[in-house]
Amino acid sequence: MSTAGEVPAFFKSMGSDSPARPRQKFCGMFCPVEGSSDSKTLDFDALSMCRGKSDGGSGCEAPPPPSQRQVAQQAWMIDYTVCSDRLLIKGGKIVNDDQSFCADIYMEDGVIKQIGENLIVPGGVKTIDAHGRMLMPGGIDVHTRFQMPDRGMTSADDFYQGTKAALAGGTTMIIDHVVPEPGVSLISAFEQWREWADSKSCCDYSLHVDITEWHRGIQEEMEALVKDHGVNSFLVYLAYKDIFQLTDAQVYEVFSVIRDLGAIAQVHAENGDIVAEEQRRILEQGITGPEGHVLSRPEEVEAEAVNRSVTVANQTNCPLYVTKVMSKSAADVIAQARKKGTVVYGEPITASLGTDGSHYWSKNWAKAAAYVTSPPLSPDPTTPDYLNSLLSCGDLQVTGSAHCPFNTAQRAVGKDDFSLIPEGVNGTEERMSIIWDKCVVTGKMDENQFVAVTSTNAAKIYNLYPRKGRIAVGSDADLVLWDPDFTKIISAKSHNSTVEYNIFEGTEVRGGPLVVISQGKIVLEEGNLHTTEGSGRYVARKPFPDYVYKRIKARSRLAELRGVPRGLYDGPVCEVSVTPKTMTPASSAKTSPAKQPNQPVRNLHQSGFSLSGAQVDDNIPRRNTQRIVAPPGGRANITSLG
Amino acid sequence: MAERRGNWDMAEDDLPVYLARPGTADQVPRQKYGGLFCNVEGAFESKTIDFDALSVGQRGSRTPRTAKRETGQEARSSASDSKNSPCVESPAANRREGKDSPQVEIRTGGGKEVLQNLGDEKSDRLLIKGGRIVNDDQSFHADIYLEDGVIKQIGDNLIVPGGVKTIEANGKMVIPGGIDIHTHFQMPYRGTTTVDDFAQGSKAALAGGTTMIVDHVIPEPGSSLMEAYDQWRQWADEKACCDYSLHVDITHWNDSIKQEVDNLIKEKGVNSFQVYMAYKDYYQMSNSELYEIFTFLAERGGIVQVHAENGEIIAEEQARMLQMGITGPEGHVLSRPEELEAEAVFRAITIASQTNCPLYVTRVMSKSAADIISQARKRGNVVFGEPITASLGTDGTHYWSKNWAKAASFVTSPPLSPDPTTPDYLNTLLSSGDLSVTGSAHCTFSVSQKAIGKDDFTQIPEGVNGVEERMTLIWDKAVTTGKMDENMFVAVTSTNAAKILNLYPRKGRIAVGSDADLVIWDTDSLRTITAKTHNSVAEYNVFEGMELRGAPLVVICQGKIVLEDGNMHVTSGVGRFIPCAPYPDYAYKRVKARKQLAVLRAVPRGMYDGPVSEFSMSRGGTPSASARTSPTKQPVRNLHQSGFSLAGNPALCGPPTPDDIPIRPAGRRIVVPPGGRSNITSLS
Repeated sequence: MSTAGEVPAFFKSMGSDSPARPRQKFCGMFCPVEGSSDSKTLDFDALSMCRGKSDGGSGCEAPPPPSQRQVAQQAWMIDYTVCSDRLLIKGGKIVNDDQSFCADIYMEDGVIKQIGENLIVPGGVKTIDAHGRMLMPGGIDVHTRFQMPDRGMTSADDFYQGTKAALAGGTTMIIDHVVPEPGVSLISAFEQWREWADSKSCCDYSLHVDITEWHRGIQEEMEALVKDHGVNSFLVYLAYKDIFQLTDAQVYEVFSVIRDLGAIAQVHAENGDIVAEEQRRILEQGITGPEGHVLSRPEEVEAEAVNRSVTVANQTNCPLYVTKVMSKSAADVIAQARKKGTVVYGEPITASLGTDGSHYWSKNWAKAAAYVTSPPLSPDPTTPDYLNSLLSCGDLQVTGSAHCPFNTAQRAVGKDDFSLIPEGVNGTEERMSIIWDKCVVTGKMDENQFVAVTSTNAAKIYNLYPRKGRIAVGSDADLVLWDPDFTKIISAKSHNSTVEYNIFEGTEVRGGPLVVISQGKIVLEEGNLHTTEGSGRYVARKPFPDYVYKRIKARSRLAELRGVPRGLYDGPVCEVSVTPKTMTPASSAKTSPAKQPNQPVRNLHQSGFSLSGAQVDDNIPRRNTQRIVAPPGGRANITSLG
Repeated sequence: MAERRGNWDMAEDDLPVYLARPGTADQVPRQKYGGLFCNVEGAFESKTIDFDALSVGQRGSRTPRTAKRETGQEARSSASDSKNSPCVESPAANRREGKDSPQVEIRTGGGKEVLQNLGDEKSDRLLIKGGRIVNDDQSFHADIYLEDGVIKQIGDNLIVPGGVKTIEANGKMVIPGGIDIHTHFQMPYRGTTTVDDFAQGSKAALAGGTTMIVDHVIPEPGSSLMEAYDQWRQWADEKACCDYSLHVDITHWNDSIKQEVDNLIKEKGVNSFQVYMAYKDYYQMSNSELYEIFTFLAERGGIVQVHAENGEIIAEEQARMLQMGITGPEGHVLSRPEELEAEAVFRAITIASQTNCPLYVTRVMSKSAADIISQARKRGNVVFGEPITASLGTDGTHYWSKNWAKAASFVTSPPLSPDPTTPDYLNTLLSSGDLSVTGSAHCTFSVSQKAIGKDDFTQIPEGVNGVEERMTLIWDKAVTTGKMDENMFVAVTSTNAAKILNLYPRKGRIAVGSDADLVIWDTDSLRTITAKTHNSVAEYNVFEGMELRGAPLVVICQGKIVLEDGNMHVTSGVGRFIPCAPYPDYAYKRVKARKQLAVLRAVPRGMYDGPVSEFSMSRGGTPSASARTSPTKQPVRNLHQSGFSLAGNPALCGPPTPDDIPIRPAGRRIVVPPGGRSNITSLS
């Protein structure tokens, strides 16, 4: 490490300069996890095609994780006698994103009814004594992909298993992604996901919808989803060439539509064209293992796509949300764009905050493949620390998990070609603890900021606030009693996911939930989960969230563009040949749903706001916020031309 | 320097950047001559608008005036073929209005007072005495002796043949002649041609102290690069008054183009190719095509130039502007905000970095694009930025001029930034070395040609003047203000360009054996730029009214004096084509070193023998479905195809196996895990 210290940064090779940070305390770094398959049966039936739903049963009723509690058992005074939807929590320290204070909480029917001292509550109510521990709003995992179909397979955790894992980690709401196959209607895909989730989910959930192709019908469906189905966020892909990827012009149109609908534009930011070229090149070189995945998707390609989507969002005055911020350079692009005033949010995920991409070079194929996700984990081992810092200072705002694990047999589809490995890592269960351990324990952020990045900001962006993301009278009774002294070692042996590998295997984390209350019911106590399949409700979200759209609306109003009034040009005009240079500036208009050809009414949402300072408002009596750009020399007509 | 332009409202400077409007924060005195939005007085006096020239397909006879000049020059060049006698034109007689006489005299003849205009046989021998030679690395006093168009001797007390013509430089600076690395002379555009042909354009170049130009060959999409190249060669050979070279623009991409590019590099002396990221459905390349072109040129030793703007978004924005009823030239800049330029620069740099290809960004017009380039250079990318005369000298507030013709004359792509602090910023980056070279992108159209787009700004032909003003403008903006010294001035106007094009040290340096392209520079000259006196045919000059310090006093091109006392002695057709060799050291030394490091290795693993899930290939099966049309697809592993990446790519030195590298070499890191190998077979 010392000898090569002067080598320029771009020659640095992976892993060798990783700080002496104990990442893996449990078993060797490259060993398979001992015992991780003990309680799991590889269900070969589940691996065959067209059997999306029946594989939940085999591993789901795993015994509660043994010996999770490392700390001394606290005194609990829980009265089990009365009906369970009335609950009093005494002596807790309520932590919201803005302040912490000590108060009791009384909840009934899944809603917080009273907060304060000496509450007057009905007799015989179940009471939890918090002993001064922190009580925070339940986490919101903004990015999950439970039960996601991929080429006939389904991701290993279905909505039951996934939400159970979420609750075990202190997350009481998840927002899943609906991924319609290109050619499939958004609405029918949405309804399919609703059906899956309603029947299995153990906690409240909501849904993002991914835009995987673009035509006029999609625009109408988006409108219907926003107005009738409570969806206010859509994801577009800049990667997955020839499958999901949209062109820049299409992205521009999608963003324009999203802005008009008052929704949030999410983007999977990687340059799919370059990735496709690189994949081909890497395969040609005979690199077929998981290391090819990260070699073909260097972080520059991620940063480039983030930069491009920020540009398009600025042009369309559309709020942007970058999913899966995996690298320093992508995070930097977001931070810079925010400094320039762009309305953009960045979502690092558990994996990028907790581990790095050096594992792609693991000799153990199955382990290396378990880390495959897109954008990939950065091989730079300083990345997690950097992202945690940006999360703490507010340059990144929300955290998801992008939980989409596949088991080893499913990953092995790509055993001879890394580009076929199904993508996704685990993280929904570990998310809160990892962030607490990496950020709060290290002093990067305080408990209030912790609540903000795990719950409140997500609720604000997706217009769930203050129903979710805050402990206040009238909010949903989704609470977590947090134990900062709790320690545990993450392992595939004890986690709630069904996969054999946990990418955080052996990481020791401090901080964890002692009690989790979802919908006013205790779902986790003393390490025991009491989840009910199908109890999760769909939470509809309204468009135009204030947190995002207040600024967008203000800019739209400012963004009126006017032409310069001039005399008619009456000089000579050169003739031109028939082949014009730029024939039709918008030749994509044929297929473009965002074009409204006959738009007699000026759409105020269609904004010409631009950051480059190019607005004109002349010929108008000067108002407060307007500048006059009429030239001092007065008008000059072109007729003065010689 | 404190003069403020007009009475702009300065009251709201504290508004955030994104709310700033053009022209409101101006602090640069730009126009001392005439009102900002006034017509140029006298600009049309010596120019006739010729309606014949406006019709289609009559490139040969444009304006009576031009035609006259062409025939005159042809006659002259035929005369010069036999007699080798340059003719005299003095269009610049009134250039120094307001000054009584040139402040530095030029004495000729070693006591014999040989008049250079007589054109005797000795005229290609020239002695410059008492000058201060300024190269990009140092300045020193020495005499220079030129013969046969080449510098033969440099030093004191030179022994030269008798009767040689002598220029007494009186301590003035002698600098290498400028190289304008970006011109579009005689460019066809929808049946018309830019008004400055190679004769007029190169004459303007010489008048400004530029002794070599590099023009862009623009083949129509679908046509052959080679034919277009030959066509340009023919035009330039007939008319150019100074040495020239050519870039070739790649306007479409397929296997035959690839072959032609290969031939151009190997046989035709072209080493730089431009690709377009703008002009959707016309010139624009997709990201995949860019990747392939970059890869190909990196193998062949070429320089990739990019016109960096996001054409897709521009097309959308143009449609939106027109829909809103904005049809004037202000729509041009509104539909091409500088962010789109910066975005494309960023993307081009990413692709160049992936393909380990040197990148050259033409026409850096905005602060944000320049910032991206300087950041990339800090990260180690091999990227060069070319601001142009217009972006260094003026800004985009003129697009809002009430005078349509004036506003239209500023139309170029990427547009001039409406932010009036842009020129100053770009000059600073040029001085610090973050931007490397300067061109002019000289591509002038007459008002009537610009009027093609009078009802639709997207139809306005794009291009501004600048070849004549380039050197003076940079001197005034950067050297007189103390941003750069005279050596840096030489570097950005000449030497760096010569290095990038692999012409160094033949061009771009005053050294024995170099071409005798010299400029004696007058640092005190003060002149006002105006369309009345400039050498271009265009009616408007985008720098109209600017008072600039510094100008060439004597220009020597190919060993002959072409400018003295404000008189031009140019000969059409004497310009030679200068072939550029591939693999310029200036760009490729680093690229080659990185290639050697960039070998990727796979991780040796045991075979996976566990269960494999069934799956359908219904989607996601072919990650590189574009491979069908890709000409760069190679079955053989190509060692030049590098996977070098600046992102800390971990596989630069893949895990060395213990047997082939027994001792850990310095600079290499071992990434074999401490736990040793473990086979997948241990999976239960």
